[in-house]
Amino acid sequence: MHEMALTESIVEIAVEEARKQGARKVTRVFLDIGALSCVEPEALEFCFSAVASGTAAEGARLEIERVAGAGWCLDCERSVPLAERFGACPRCGRYRVRMTAGDELRIREMEID
Amino acid sequence: MCSVCGCGEATIALDKDKAGAHAHGPHDHAHDHDHPHDHNHPHDHDHPHDHGHDHDHRHHEDGAIDYDRGIGGAHVPGLGQERIVRIERDILSKNDAYARDNRRFLAERGVFALNFVSSPGSGKTCLLVKAIEALKERMAVTVIEGDQQTSNDAERIRATGASAVQINTGKGCHLDAHMVGHALETLAPPPGSALFIENVGNLVCPAAFDLGEAHKVVVLSVTEGEDKPLKYPDMFAAADLLLLNKSDLLPHLDFDVGACLANALRVNPRLQTLIVSAKTGDGLAAFVAWIEASAARRAADMARA
Repeated sequence: MHEMALTESIVEIAVEEARKQGARKVTRVFLDIGALSCVEPEALEFCFSAVASGTAAEGARLEIERVAGAGWCLDCERSVPLAERFGACPRCGRYRVRMTAGDELRIREMEID
Repeated sequence: MCSVCGCGEATIALDKDKAGAHAHGPHDHAHDHDHPHDHNHPHDHDHPHDHGHDHDHRHHEDGAIDYDRGIGGAHVPGLGQERIVRIERDILSKNDAYARDNRRFLAERGVFALNFVSSPGSGKTCLLVKAIEALKERMAVTVIEGDQQTSNDAERIRATGASAVQINTGKGCHLDAHMVGHALETLAPPPGSALFIENVGNLVCPAAFDLGEAHKVVVLSVTEGEDKPLKYPDMFAAADLLLLNKSDLLPHLDFDVGACLANALRVNPRLQTLIVSAKTGDGLAAFVAWIEASAARRAADMARA
């Protein structure tokens, strides 16, 4: 979904931070992208080079960390892995699971020069 | 970036002065969601720490850190002159800051905003036209229309006498809070009115973009299949009200209303649901009552806050 808009946001934030730091350019951007976040890392990478072109982030590498999905099952009262958003608890099969990880869309840090 | 006025980075920078909402340092965004990734850097401890720590570590006023904290100091081989800056911001934080501005603007004027989302062709515009006609004696309504192209929908709305601003997103698949902020300046919704934002027909992307609305309303038509809420769960999870539209067609279809609502509630147990037909007007009175009651509740909450 909307990888283009997300990429624009990533580049804006990175360029703004680089300016604040007085950096010449951004060389790497580290992202946390949740496995359940409906964002395709390949699509982000594809968009990134296009969007970053002509900015201080041109040529920067995206380092994407996939964060595994997890949730809290209200019936089992424990943390369980989640393979899909709003999916069932793998232990009890019920759907009373609150997602606790896996929907991250975050810029963690970046490397500047 | 902005498809309303075509402005790029310059205007975004200008807007920073507007409300201070964009001026926060990199650490202001809540990190209180408890996902555990402070131990999963890919470069951890896989090499000796032999590239000395003799560089000055500058701790910047805005909280940015170089070198010795995070992975910048000890854990990235061949760091050279580069340094690592910790950012920790949601990718959507820019949008969310604009959404906060919009929400504040709307609250100050007592405007009750709904963000209507659905797939294309679910009957959103028709539903809005009917709701405006039913409401207009009691409540002023203004409309922001989002489409990739044409101003057809805004024209249909204006025919009811309500003011409408059309946003053409061009290549964009959703409205964002920045576009809506500009549209609000043009539209100047009167105090105590309702604002309907009709998002681009798309069941995926608009779920992630807060526009500053009070509620998202998802419209689903009975010609679309009962399992839409399972296929596109994010939208149904983000919404507070589901309008199941085109109920007049039910006698001609094998659509299972109960199964559809059960699917929607599985994704979002707090979702409220109404079955309506914009064509015949069935269920519209309940929808209009929901709008008035929700607007009154919102106004009361604001007065208390």
